[in-house]
Amino acid sequence: MLSRVAERMFWIGRYMERVESTALLLRVNTNLALDLPNSEHVWASLIDITGDEENFHKTYQLENEQNVVKFLTQGETSSIRTALKNARENARTSREIMPREAWEKINKLHHFVENNLKKPLKREGRDAFLGEVIGRCHEFTGYLAGCMSVTQAFNFMKLGRKLERADMTTRILDIGCYNLNDPKHTELADYEGLLWTSLLMSVSGHEMYRQHVDDHVNGESVADFLLRNEHFPRSVDFCLDEVFECCEQLPLSDEPQRATNLAQRRIKNSNVIDLFCSGELHWFIDEVQLDLARIHHQVETTWFTYRNHPAA
Amino acid sequence: MQILGYGNNKTYDELFSSGKARSGLGELSKFLKSKTPAELNALRHDADLTIKSLGISFTVYSQGQNIDRAWPFDIIPRTIMRKEWDHIEKGLVQRLRALNAFIDDVYNDRKIIKDKVIPEELLETSKNYREICEGMKPAHGVWAHVCGSDIIRDSDGTVYVLEDNLRVPSGVSYMLENRNISKKVLPELFEKYSILPMDNYPAQLLDTLSSISPRPKDLPEVVVLTPGIFNSAYFEHSFLAQRMGAELVEGQDLVVGDDDCVYMKTVEGLSRVDVIYRRVDDLFLDPEVFNKDSILGVKGLMRAWKNGNVAIANAPGAGVADDKVVYTYVPAMIKYYLGEDPILPNVPSYMCSDKQQMKHVLANMENLVVKPADESGGYGMYIGPTETKRRTAEMRRQIKANPRNFIAQPIINLSTVPTLSGNAIEPRHVDLRPFILQSDRSFVTAGGLTRVALVKGSLIVNSSQGGGSKDTWIIDLPRSAR
Repeated sequence: MLSRVAERMFWIGRYMERVESTALLLRVNTNLALDLPNSEHVWASLIDITGDEENFHKTYQLENEQNVVKFLTQGETSSIRTALKNARENARTSREIMPREAWEKINKLHHFVENNLKKPLKREGRDAFLGEVIGRCHEFTGYLAGCMSVTQAFNFMKLGRKLERADMTTRILDIGCYNLNDPKHTELADYEGLLWTSLLMSVSGHEMYRQHVDDHVNGESVADFLLRNEHFPRSVDFCLDEVFECCEQLPLSDEPQRATNLAQRRIKNSNVIDLFCSGELHWFIDEVQLDLARIHHQVETTWFTYRNHPAA
Repeated sequence: MQILGYGNNKTYDELFSSGKARSGLGELSKFLKSKTPAELNALRHDADLTIKSLGISFTVYSQGQNIDRAWPFDIIPRTIMRKEWDHIEKGLVQRLRALNAFIDDVYNDRKIIKDKVIPEELLETSKNYREICEGMKPAHGVWAHVCGSDIIRDSDGTVYVLEDNLRVPSGVSYMLENRNISKKVLPELFEKYSILPMDNYPAQLLDTLSSISPRPKDLPEVVVLTPGIFNSAYFEHSFLAQRMGAELVEGQDLVVGDDDCVYMKTVEGLSRVDVIYRRVDDLFLDPEVFNKDSILGVKGLMRAWKNGNVAIANAPGAGVADDKVVYTYVPAMIKYYLGEDPILPNVPSYMCSDKQQMKHVLANMENLVVKPADESGGYGMYIGPTETKRRTAEMRRQIKANPRNFIAQPIINLSTVPTLSGNAIEPRHVDLRPFILQSDRSFVTAGGLTRVALVKGSLIVNSSQGGGSKDTWIIDLPRSAR
């Protein structure tokens, strides 16, 4: 497989996952905002999750619902629209490698979003819009699972998806901890159960949490579940196991495997409940994120940026 | 549905003759007449949706940016009866055989010049002659493996070859997609007619390319070399690579090793390439030899080719026969190399390099089409009746300054095909581009890409200038008649 094409597959995986997780986040937050007396703070935290405050403030001043939703659905940098455009561009330039229907699904979703940009801006149309986006992302992933041979192309796409997913889960968790421990917003403490539940829902994990964890919904158990659960597909541990499996099936994978292994060990050997209770979880998540960045870097240098040949 | 605009009989229509359907085409005519405008427009809407969802597009460079546009498609097919097509097909195969014999000759023995059939100046002044190719002997003596010839029909029914595109002819993917769309929207007509299938092209192309591999083994590594996403035919490059199961590569993906072999950069390391189906123009193939600033090409590619370590299709230099002046000699080439009479005629042409003919051209500018010898895609074309006086004067000056670079042809009143236009069906002018393959054997697509001028009365079918396309049906006898 061509290195350039592998890179595009990887990014299709990352961007499509980003589309889905951004839509999920917005959906859950809209729902949460209906329950909370004062929801401004919750909207601001979504911008923190993307890590794209700088671009947000280039266009907007207030981190209110309207601006945040607009930024995350159609802004130039961290929006559903942009991630989808990038996914489509990568897919469009590597169509010979994917089943035709997979490309069609991305392309149709792109047209859907372009034609319905106003829908999510108001609460009335938002849920249906986001539901459609999420559903179509599932359809895309499901289609690939059902109809694409497990080739290198498939594995690179999956690798991108799992890395993005692990990354997003850590971000969501980090912001959740931050929100509840923020002394400026002590009033939120009254809604702690609600906030943790919505956080679980934003990774579609509420029911699964209930099945895996005997405790009621509380911070330390949610953090442990999202980082270390071995069975939940959006937990960091689970994603890393899948990243490792993808790497194993690809050629020359020593370095990416080593990097993944390091991250896996950090997660598996950690005591998340202690870290949470002692207020050190944020630092731990920082380190996990660095691990993920390291894996990404190894994936890039091993398979995409070509260095094996003096002439190349 | 109302069929309008068939009052005059000055134009040949592919479906109707004096108001009646031509022999064998009654069902199609009946179908069109029986549908209401709403029904036909609904079918057209379906077709548009299909095009959009399949992402069939071409790129237009406009106002400083590339726009990816959906491909305009008219649902009413263009038809040719099998018997006539068989004749055209033979003519096309004959033509490409002669053209390949010519290219092979000019880069080697130059017998045709020694025998004074073609003047030597013709080569010396050809922009597409590549000295570096002299002495090369590609497999089977074939240089142009893929040819797209444009054929047109005049008002008296005669079919002419208008030009032979031997460099990087495009359009074949649209031809195949058009068939998919019309099968979706007109299934009942496919029941009634026996229409020759055309989806075999990618397999034939792969066979052709495999047969020129320098390493005779079962599965040669074939790649499609594209200039990239910004090329107007990128959709097609990707389409063909996918259908052939070949890698679609850009210049940056290839590298020529110290052993003068071509490799591609894969996730497994470097992997040897045997055949390059290039959709990049000669001058951008290899910055070592041609355009030094080209980033589309591969350094050392010509070296690898000359050493016989990689096959390139079409071969570098094949464009020497893709020249409007060389075109005028094709009938002579057919006689010279094959000892046969041409099956398909050329459009009568005046060569400005000949003094008498130039005089005639200059005196009759208003009624002629003047074409630069070395351009394609309609660029630089002068169409007598529609030009301003100023442009005519300018053209005269250009011809006198460089007569070799121009030919002129009478204006051919292209045949028409009924085309959906709002709430009526009206005639629109068409041409046809079949694709011909040649290696150790020949293959012609069953039909080709019919391009249609969607603007009423217009003779310009280019997609960049308001043209669209139609599916082309080569019809065997109707099933009921068998």
